[in-house]
This record gives sequence, C-alpha cells and structure tokens, in this order.
Amino acid sequence: MIKVTNLYKSFGKVEAVKGISFEVRDGEITGLLGPNGAGKTTTLRMLYSLLPPDKGEIRIDGLDPARDSMAIKRTLGVVPDSRGLYTRMSARENIAYYGQLHGMSHKDIKSRVEELVNTLDMSDFIDRRTEGFSQGQRVKVAIARAMIHQPRTVMLDEPSNGLDVMSTRALRRYVLDLKNAGHSVILSTHIMQEVAALCDRIVIIANGMIAADGTADELLEKSGCSSLEDAFVRLIGSEEGLLA
Amino acid sequence: MSGLGTVYRKEIRENLRDRRSLFNSVLLGPILFPILFIGLAYFAGSKQQERAEKTLELPVVGAQYAPNLVGFLEQQGVIIQSAPEDPEAAVKAQEVQVIIRIPEKFGDQWKAGEPAVVEVIADPSRRESDIPMRRVKGLLHAYGGQIGHLRLQLRGVSPTLRTAIMVKDVDLSTPQSRGMLVMIMLPYVLMITAFTGGMHLAIDSTAGEKERKSLEPLLINPVPRWQIMLGKMCATATYAFASLSLTLLAFRFAFPMLPTGALGVDLNLGFDAIGGILLAVAPVVVLAAAMLTTLAALAKSLREAQSYMGLVFMIPMIPSLIFMVNPMKAETWMMAIPMFSQNLLIGEFVRGESVSTLWLTMSMGSTLLIGLAFAAVAATLFNRPRIVFST
Repeated sequence: MIKVTNLYKSFGKVEAVKGISFEVRDGEITGLLGPNGAGKTTTLRMLYSLLPPDKGEIRIDGLDPARDSMAIKRTLGVVPDSRGLYTRMSARENIAYYGQLHGMSHKDIKSRVEELVNTLDMSDFIDRRTEGFSQGQRVKVAIARAMIHQPRTVMLDEPSNGLDVMSTRALRRYVLDLKNAGHSVILSTHIMQEVAALCDRIVIIANGMIAADGTADELLEKSGCSSLEDAFVRLIGSEEGLLA
Repeated sequence: MSGLGTVYRKEIRENLRDRRSLFNSVLLGPILFPILFIGLAYFAGSKQQERAEKTLELPVVGAQYAPNLVGFLEQQGVIIQSAPEDPEAAVKAQEVQVIIRIPEKFGDQWKAGEPAVVEVIADPSRRESDIPMRRVKGLLHAYGGQIGHLRLQLRGVSPTLRTAIMVKDVDLSTPQSRGMLVMIMLPYVLMITAFTGGMHLAIDSTAGEKERKSLEPLLINPVPRWQIMLGKMCATATYAFASLSLTLLAFRFAFPMLPTGALGVDLNLGFDAIGGILLAVAPVVVLAAAMLTTLAALAKSLREAQSYMGLVFMIPMIPSLIFMVNPMKAETWMMAIPMFSQNLLIGEFVRGESVSTLWLTMSMGSTLLIGLAFAAVAATLFNRPRIVFST
C-alpha cells in the first residue's frame, strides 16, 4: 500500500512535480501514465527514496522514505529508467551482486537466480558477460536483479522502452504474473496500450500534476469519451508526447 | 558494514578483469620506472665520462702572441685549432664550445711581470660546455702556477710562501648518501604511483558508473550511500597500494643493476627500508584514494574525470620539486606536511638511517587525518542528487 499526499519537487526553477496525490493498492497494477517530461520519473524517484521531496508526504506500508529509507528499500524492487549493467561481469554475477547488497546468503542467491532464470527465460545468456547484450536481454537482467530479494512492491519506470514486440509481450506477461503472485506493481509509461492491457488503476500525470485517477471505466465515464485513447487526450488536454 | 565489503569485493574483482587498464595503472609503473632509472643512470654516466676523456679541441685566437702557452697546451694533449672569424658568434651558435683569445698585449704584460690576460669564451649556461670549459681553465691555471713558481724560485723566494692556506677535502659522505642525487627521484616516483595506481578504478567506479547508468539502480539497494562510496575508495586504495609495493619491489631488484661505478655511488634498498617506506607512504595512498574518488565523483562524465587526472599529477609533484630545487634538512615540523614529509622520510630510509618514531607517527598521523577528512567529504557526495543524476 502506497499513499502519496500533495507531493512537490523542483530542480532550480523547474517545477517537476506540483502537488501530486494518489494511492497504490496492494495486489493491483497501478499505471502512471503521462507524456514525456510530465514528472513520472521524478515521482518514482521520490517513492524509492532516491530523491527527497520538497513538500508532501509518502507512506509505503506505513513507512516514510525520508526516515526509513533502508527498511523501504528492502521491500522494494525497482527497475529504474537507468538500467546500466556491469559489462565485465556475467548476467549471473550482476544479479548476484544485488543479492549480496541485500545481505542475502550465497545459497539463497543461487537458488533464487535459478528461479529467475526460468521465469524470465534467461538460460541462454545467464553466464555470458553482459557486454553486447540486446535491449531485451538487458531489461531481463535489470528485472531479475531488482527481483532477487522477492520484494513486496515492484516499481517499473518505462519498462518497455526500446523493446521489440516479442520482448514487450514477455514483459507484460511477467508483470501480470507478479500481480497474480500477490505483488503490488506500479509502472510508469507513456504508452496507452500498455496501461490498457495491464493496469487495474490508472493515474494520469501531466505537467507535474494529476490530471485524472481511476479505473479504465471510471476514466471513460469522467471524460465522456467512448475510447480510452480519446479519454486520455481529453484528460491531458493535448496529444503531445503520447504513443498509441 | 557488509554492504561496504560487498561493494569493495565487486570493484576489486570487476577491475581485475579490465586487463588493459589494470596493466596501465597498476603494472606499467613498476615495470617502466626502474628501466627508466637504469637507462638514465647509464646514459648520464657514459656521457660524463665521454666528455671528460675526449681529446679537447681548442680554437685559439692570437696563438702567435703566446707560443709557449700554446706549446704547453699541445703538450697536455690539446689539439689547437685556428679560430673562426668571429669567436663570440661561433660560441653563441654552438659551433664551438670553448675558445681562448690571447690579446696582443700578452707579451708586453708577460715581460713586465703583470698578470697577462687570456680570455676564455664560453657560454656556461649550456650544460654540455661546462666540462670542456673547466678543463681549459684548469690547464691555464696549471700553466700560470708553473710559471709563477719558477719566477719566485729565480728570485730566491720559496714558492710555498705564496700558499698561505692549504685546503684539504675530508669527504664524510657515505656511498649511500652520495646516491641521493638519484634517490631524489625515488620519492617522486613513489608519490606518483600512490596516485596513479588507483586512478583508473576511482574513475571507473564513480564517473564510469554514472556514465554506464548503473549508479541509480545501485543506490536503490538497502546499503547506506557512505558505505558504497567508502567501499569504492577502499578498492582504489588497495590498487594503489599494490602498485606501490610492486614498484618498490621492482626497484629492489633494479638497484643492483645500476652502474654504480659510473656514478660513484652504491645504492641499496633492503627489505627493512621497503617495509618502512610502505608504512610511511600508506597514508598517502588513503589521501590519494579519497582525493581521486572525490574528483571523479564530482565529474559529470568519464571524459571530464579523466581531464582532472592531469591536474592530480601536479599534487605529488609539488613537494618533490621543492625538494629538488631546495634540498633541506629534515626537521620535526616538516613531518606535519602530507607528501612533503614522506619525501623526507623516504630519503632517510634509503640513506639507511634510523627514522625516529615521532617523525613517522607525525607524518602518518597528519596525512591520515587529512585523508580521512577528504574521505568523509567524498562519502557524503552520493547524497547529493546533483551528483547522482548529472550526466
């Protein structure tokens, strides 16, 4: 359960987030939808306690990221916008490094990596150095290292960026599997199909503010449109930066 | 603290796999510096000998005014040449190193018993003309002395009366202390190594991590940022220390190969001295690691970080240069100055003198203190969003 109340963040003169409030319920997939530069990544960075908010309150399972960042980080699995891997290490070593940083035992890491290799279909490249990996392979490794400690809550920042159709389908299946396994998932995207296909609830962000918030049906009703696409455009106020 | 250890082990391991950078930063110094040393020593020694033993060719202006002097020079093995039109210009143009000019008045002055003037034309600011110039002057003095001697004897005066003071050199320098000229270079090389050994790792683990976009995901792990930073710093220091130890070992085996005869020195670097030097320089490694990591973390990109490293080279050079220009006696207060104190201490160790515990403690303490202060600043750097996200 994540509760965000009246969040503000600016960088110098640029106000990136201007009073955002929303909720993420347990066992649901919540989509942060908005055009590029709407403030999605900044909001997520505050959620996973990488950035302190200027104003406002964040509660993740009752914990405040500003005070209990270590406790929160232990329950979070994050695939951020930056997904750099260590190219002189194999995929397995990359994933195991994060397990060690979470303080997991050697044995636990080993068995957990095997699990992830199966679910994410990584057996072809798990022991190869990540130099020259394809986008799809890189995203899989980034997801695996974020999931190594079996986090309750999963955050994905534009996860399908740069993926081909097959990889995107595999990714979406995996996100649905996470939900079915009881994880809360929050994902940001500027792709409407992705929210339509995955999300239980949708939070639309534009210009650092919440434009609308609700299930797909509620958004249709609120906008008075017949298709989600029209609803988004109506609610955001422009077509700029959105991809069908 | 387990997070610190995890980061440390990963950086050490990952950078071991970057063979080329590993070779350049850790191994190149220990291989190259001793070879450079030996080569330079041989070169300098043979050059000096060559200049001292070569037959001296000497253009003389006005040789006809002093045939006896010229005869004496020829007896001494000097090959007398005819002088060029404009002797001053010839020396300036470096066509000739030394020319002597005997003025027309030479004979009159000689006969009147006045000091007869002989001009030595040379440019002492050119180091290569130093030795021939000194040889010419030496010969002229010898001739003058001989004649003066004879003149006094002819007048029935004992020539020894002219020698009121007899200067005698008592050489107290041990073979080791005479080696200091070469040894001045050693502290310099070691200081540089303390910086270069960890340089690549410092850049790769901070600016490199930023550029690869792996810093943000790393910071999302439940490890305090100061531990991550400190782990990287410790890895940097480890590499620098390894490079330093290898350099010292390499010198240990290179010194017996130095042409001691040519330089008139006998150098020794025992394992005791190596241990002492490593102990004395270890705090510099900490200071260097903290400085490098701070600089590299502040850089926006790999390229920017690399451009700072040229400046970093200047830091260990400053004390060594001061010492080269103005060699001074080690005093207690100097031990409080990082890098300068190590310069002095390395000298003491290599001269084979026993180093006082107070000095060693002061030097290590002050350097370590400043190093830790730098490390404390560096440890907080990842807390600044500007540094994490600037690319």
